[in-house]
Amino acid sequence: MKSYALFLGCTIPARQPSYELSARKSLSRLDIELVDLPNMTCCAPPPVESINLEANLSAAAYNISLAEEADLDLVTLCAGCFQSLAKANAILKQEEHLKKRINKNLSHAGKEFKGNKEVKHYLQVLKDDIGLKKIRASVNRPLSNLKVAAFYGCHVLRPSGFLRFDDPERPRILDDLIESLHARSVPYRNKLKCCGGLMRGISDDIALELARDKLVNTSKAGVDCITTLCPFCFVALDIGQIQLRSKRQETYDMSILHYSELLALAMGVKPEEMALDTHKIKVDKVIEKLE
Amino acid sequence: MEFSEKITNRIGGETLTSCYQCGTCVSSCPIARITSEFNPREVIKLAQLGVREEVITGDAIWLCTSCYNCNERCPQKVEIAEVIYAMRNMAFEASNKPAIYAEFASAFKEQGRVVPVSQFVEKKRADYGLPPLQPTGVEALQKILAALSFGKTSSKEGEDK
Repeated sequence: MKSYALFLGCTIPARQPSYELSARKSLSRLDIELVDLPNMTCCAPPPVESINLEANLSAAAYNISLAEEADLDLVTLCAGCFQSLAKANAILKQEEHLKKRINKNLSHAGKEFKGNKEVKHYLQVLKDDIGLKKIRASVNRPLSNLKVAAFYGCHVLRPSGFLRFDDPERPRILDDLIESLHARSVPYRNKLKCCGGLMRGISDDIALELARDKLVNTSKAGVDCITTLCPFCFVALDIGQIQLRSKRQETYDMSILHYSELLALAMGVKPEEMALDTHKIKVDKVIEKLE
Repeated sequence: MEFSEKITNRIGGETLTSCYQCGTCVSSCPIARITSEFNPREVIKLAQLGVREEVITGDAIWLCTSCYNCNERCPQKVEIAEVIYAMRNMAFEASNKPAIYAEFASAFKEQGRVVPVSQFVEKKRADYGLPPLQPTGVEALQKILAALSFGKTSSKEGEDK
């Protein structure tokens, strides 16, 4: 069994119980122990980067230092947390002068960033630590009837020089993980374009236009659902559909499922055991197609 | 000090001067596709030319969605998304900021998290069988943020750090 410090972030524990439940259940069945450490804070995502980049690096380094003290690598479920923490981890490991500057800030709280741990998104744990073969073997409700649109979003892939998640122009990891559940990963137009999530609250029209592009193109590709790996992509596409209905009278009825939810379903976890009814767009059509 | 030099002296702003205006960023930008109000090449050019007011008080820098497509593809290795963050940091210090980010700033600083966890949320978590949330390290975070003057605006109008 391998253990990780689970970095939950802010949005998932407060608003997406189905993501957290499905991730905890599926990872524990695959012999990954998730340790909930005290005293973590917000990762300092793009809104904090917009206010003060030094605060972003310092908050990220502070959280990583807690995992270092516990002698654990970190795993995130959120692409935003992953980007904040993994980017800071890589930059501070490389740039000694910046590390000194940030550690001076951390010293006020009696902490130090050493740079001896890794930050991973849970898809990397699934692919690299567990492996596609073992995941395939864990399936007892194959998703053979499902056509799935893999949606990577932005913040696991880029900036790739720091994140080293997958090829930023031709990623495969999510497609491979979908196919290991016996589902089909279907190509669609503008697959790697942004969901618009970060424009919500800044320009809702632009945000909806970007989400709409995803829904139009995945609908044309005839998929049963879109699979996400980020809570903000999920919100942009799930709640985004409610807004498109009221603002533009457009109905897509596209189920949005986090990868961990598909994985847990394929392992035989029941929908009610992971609060799947908390999705705004119902996922019944997907569940009916399970074997 | 020149405006562009103030940007390159900041964390995130270092690569500003390497841009030679090829436009690869614009053709990779999902926002520039749907609105003429944001064009990364133009934002970078204005910053290089030192047109402070238009950069700092305008809306354009806030319309970047931080997708990092431009960063990834820039042949000159200009870290465009980071340069835009550096300019946003300067705008923030000059009190030019979208309201929603000011809310984020105070939630981050006061609670250590940007989405509040109410008693209702705690109860729902227990109902779902999720473990209780660990306490946040907000006190440690506040000490760290105090050391770097987080969220402070500069004293003089038109002055940048």
